[in-house]
Amino acid sequence: MAKVPLTFTLNDAEIGVFVVPGSNLLDVLRRGAGDLTPKEGCAQGACGACTVLIDGVPHLSCLTLAEMAEGRRISTTGGLAVGPELHPLQTAFMEGFAAQCGFCTAGMLMSAKALLDQTPNPTRDQVIEAISGNLCRCTGYEPIVDAILTAAAKMQGRTA
Amino acid sequence: MSLSVETYPTLREASQAIGDRARYIGGGTLLMRAVNYGDQSFDRIVISREIDRTIRNEGQGVRIGAGATMADVLASRDAGFLHPVARVIGGPAVRNMGTVGGNLFAAAPFGDFATALLALDATVQMADGQNQPMESFLSGRDRARGLVVAVTVPRVSEREFRFAKISRVKPKGASMMAIALWLRGSGRIDEARIAFGTMGPTPLRAKAAEQALRGRDLTEPGIAAALAVCCDGLQPADDPLATAWYRRAVAPVHLKRLLLETR
Ligand SMILES: Cc1cc2nc3c(=O)[nH]c(=O)nc-3n(C[C@H](O)[C@H](O)[C@H](O)COP(=O)(O)OP(=O)(O)OC[C@H]3O[C@@H](n4cnc5c(N)ncnc54)[C@H](O)[C@@H]3O)c2cc1C
Ligand code: FES
Ligand code: FES
Repeated sequence: MAKVPLTFTLNDAEIGVFVVPGSNLLDVLRRGAGDLTPKEGCAQGACGACTVLIDGVPHLSCLTLAEMAEGRRISTTGGLAVGPELHPLQTAFMEGFAAQCGFCTAGMLMSAKALLDQTPNPTRDQVIEAISGNLCRCTGYEPIVDAILTAAAKMQGRTA
Repeated sequence: MSLSVETYPTLREASQAIGDRARYIGGGTLLMRAVNYGDQSFDRIVISREIDRTIRNEGQGVRIGAGATMADVLASRDAGFLHPVARVIGGPAVRNMGTVGGNLFAAAPFGDFATALLALDATVQMADGQNQPMESFLSGRDRARGLVVAVTVPRVSEREFRFAKISRVKPKGASMMAIALWLRGSGRIDEARIAFGTMGPTPLRAKAAEQALRGRDLTEPGIAAALAVCCDGLQPADDPLATAWYRRAVAPVHLKRLLLETR
């Protein structure tokens, strides 16, 4: 099957790639655009490790038909840091031991980023709801929830 | 497997392109899983650039474009009575992607929204202009390959409509069973519609129980006859969530809780 052209914005960079028709966006990001931050845990929507933001809203890239990303704005964990400066969520995850094996982390960070973009001062329940589509097999979730609340506080100039 | 993806500017053109081996894609949460796991039953995917995700009051009902996502339903005040259903479907990303149109085709254990629409006697509007009641739509959906453009749902009060999703993993596990009720009447029940999800290949009505509720009140003795026959006509299956035996055993328990829920 002939490949087809696809263009989109990835973390502020214009990307043009050729994709096999019927590819999912996760494959296109990893193999086509070389962004290895989104992970494939299940390829069926269950784990959330592939979560990216499309036009600011969380989507599962493994279940997104690549052709439907044409012209859209995609954000991944690869675009969170500004130069050497980590995003406050990344710092909080690191300092709060919210990542162990790290396989879920990129998806968790994107779900958390979408939450804080809309709701800068979330309650604990709102955080739990926001990451309810993301599985973690290592941490037991509590350190992740704490890290997101810590980052929210930092970004608001408070201490958690 | 080699797939082709075809993009059409309008829903009408897309509807003409779908067929035996060509599937329309809504949010893709079910279709792309099939693609990722090598489903060989289709080889063309049909995209429409025109998508109807509007939700608006129309006459006595609320019209929901088939392209509306669960998140769109949750953002709509007009569809407020359906919020308890949309809220429990998947996690946030699934709700941002999964559409009302796609839910009408979701096989057990999915189809929670379709279960609610069946209880509410919604009408399904097809691209060819035909309208079908939910019940006949569901019974023919595996043979029919038409494009759904919208559903129209009678506007009901939050008091008349009740919904429960019973799942083993909270908050986002799939349904072991879903129950939707539309109860009319004050004090006594004049009319009841009861739909069960994941108690058969499609959402199904419990007609014997509906009959047995008519003229009764919502008390333990009033509903006893309905509970006794609530599995009549249902076809639960064994799956990794529960056995058919277990589903039949607990259906009256969950129906009872929902009927006697104080509000
Ligand atoms: C992790 C996870 C959790 C989930 N949890 C739930 C849950 O709790 N409850 C639940 O009900 N579902 C659940 N689902 C299933 C699914 O996400 C929903 O049923 C969703 O509404 C399906 O819509 P879609 O637009 O993504 O469908 P798609 O995958 O786009 O389509 C599904 C099928 O419907 C057909 N189709 C879609 N739109 C139309 C149309 N307008 N006209 C004609 N045919 C059409 C497609 O051709 C395809 O065959 C879950 C899925 C995942 C991955
Ligand atoms: S890889 Fe997409 S949800 Fe698991
Ligand atoms: S840190 Fe290992 S899965 Fe979350």
